[in-house]
Amino acid sequence: MSEFLQQVINGLSLGAIYALIALGYTMIYGVLRFINFAHGDVFMVGAYIGFYAFPRLMPLLGEGYGTALAVLIVAMIGCGILGVVIEFLAYRPLRSRPKLTVLITAIGVSLFMEYTGQLSFAFGADYRTFPTLIPSHTFTIFSGVSLGSTQILVFGVAIALMIILRIIVMRTRVGTAMRAVSMNISAASLMGININRIISFTFFLGSALAGAGSILYSMSYPKINPLMGILPGLKAFVAAVLGGIGNIPGAALGGFLIGAAETLTAGYISPTFRDAIVFGILILILIVKPAGLLGKGGAEKV
Amino acid sequence: MKIARPYLMLLIGIVVVFLLLILFYDQLGSYDQRIVINIGIAMILAASLNLINGFTGQFSLGHAGFMSVGAYTSAALTTMILPKLIGAPAAGGIGEDLYLLISLILGGTVAAVAGLLVGVPSLRLKGDYLAIVTLGFGEIIRVVLQNIESLGGSLGLSNIPRYSSFLWVFITVAIVVFVIENLIRSTYGKGFLAVRDDEVAAEATGIDTTRYKVVAFVVGSFFAGVAGALYAHYNGFIKPEDFGFLKSVEIVVMVILGGMGNTWGILFAAAILTYLPEWLRDFSIGPVKFGEFRMSIYALVLIILMIVRPQGLFGGLGESRLMKRLRNIPTRKPTAAPTLKG
Repeated sequence: MSEFLQQVINGLSLGAIYALIALGYTMIYGVLRFINFAHGDVFMVGAYIGFYAFPRLMPLLGEGYGTALAVLIVAMIGCGILGVVIEFLAYRPLRSRPKLTVLITAIGVSLFMEYTGQLSFAFGADYRTFPTLIPSHTFTIFSGVSLGSTQILVFGVAIALMIILRIIVMRTRVGTAMRAVSMNISAASLMGININRIISFTFFLGSALAGAGSILYSMSYPKINPLMGILPGLKAFVAAVLGGIGNIPGAALGGFLIGAAETLTAGYISPTFRDAIVFGILILILIVKPAGLLGKGGAEKV
Repeated sequence: MKIARPYLMLLIGIVVVFLLLILFYDQLGSYDQRIVINIGIAMILAASLNLINGFTGQFSLGHAGFMSVGAYTSAALTTMILPKLIGAPAAGGIGEDLYLLISLILGGTVAAVAGLLVGVPSLRLKGDYLAIVTLGFGEIIRVVLQNIESLGGSLGLSNIPRYSSFLWVFITVAIVVFVIENLIRSTYGKGFLAVRDDEVAAEATGIDTTRYKVVAFVVGSFFAGVAGALYAHYNGFIKPEDFGFLKSVEIVVMVILGGMGNTWGILFAAAILTYLPEWLRDFSIGPVKFGEFRMSIYALVLIILMIVRPQGLFGGLGESRLMKRLRNIPTRKPTAAPTLKG
């Protein structure tokens, strides 16, 4: 029993990271109705921003939580800007084109970042070890069940960011505009909303969450390389679909569920099937309830 | 004796393959020969995905998964099952060709069955959802293969007899083009095009859209399996990572670049895209060597192409005769439907 609880805790902490990435997918899908395949690679760049920022920030802020927070913020801002640039250069010229064209462009952007990241003047193809940002402690909750300091940080940061996101989306003017754009982009534009600015803001927000996710992920799994974004990106996408794509609470829920399912599969069935189970869930949900757990299906207009 | 025109075309195609073999392929070094074979395999893959993606309008991102099913099935046949059942064929004899033929057909068939199993549930979905589900299936196939120890697991399967040859690969290309070009001119083909052009309208006209999609998917998967079998028997070594997401994307890019639904354009795109990375490997302008950047350039070209020319390099240029004829049909005034008298 305690082993099971431990697995669930580990799964939820992985799931919190997936949830952060999934939020970016779902927000971008909400406004532009396409899958941003490059999101996982924005996540990867976030890890490298943290990797390069840490040695520069450490002497200024000293060891400990201050530096960790600074690294997190730097990665979030860096990823946010990267997301805005990608949208501006690659997706904006395609705004009115068929979805498939944009999807393929997104794959192109993703490949470009992966291949360029592997070049020797960029990040290099080798694995790097992410620095230890916070001292590692283990707190025993009760016998056999423990919580690491990284896990506490993961939960804390992820939940705080989700609450902040919720406030931005539900309570601010820009959030209202985002929701309007996701309901009907042309009607929103007729109401005087600056569509381009809202889309850029959405990309900033979504990519910044991926940046936060990447720092938390690299703290938990400190081996980073330019291809590290592919699988977490795909799994976070599955999480977004599971919760109902375009639905923000759904993405968070989906993230936690996917993380738990993956960890439990690795623990109880076989670690080699941890990727397969995630895609199995995806296929099951798309066949049984394509709108996702919290999503609403709509009738097709002819 | 009068031979039906399509068969004549196939015959000419096969003769051309033989001529190419004698006049061109035999003169090449082994490195260039390998590129030519890879081009042929890429052509089969791209043409078969084109049936699903270009003619039926179903966006699949898991084509490499079916290729792997064919590759592994055929490799298992020629390395384990057939030698055990019948015995090893004489080296260089007709037995080897027979073994390859059996393994191509069975490899394709098992891939087609996999295509059926994947297609029936997932083809109810549309657009990017379908893309993601097929991607998911492709990944699942890869993970499953990694876990089958008797097929080498993640280490891969080696010592596959190298039965494939230029003739085998390019005659298969000719047959695939023949089958697909004739299929889309048949009643089935009109169904495919109807599903692609307007699914709702097709359904309203009484076309069983799911069935047409599944048929296109199964046929496409069959040829992907054949391509995988040829690949396995040329390379002599296969591993699950060879057939990952990136391979599927590569095939999709060939179809996009060639112009969806344009078979000849796609064959050309398959050749270019297979040759380009090899060519860039040694290409340099002054001190700038492109070898290192070749994959980045490849991705960049894809992005720019999508922005500048989303219909592909040859999209709309080599429109099939059928499409031209369909376009030129004069719209007839609807005549009064015969009314029942009585």
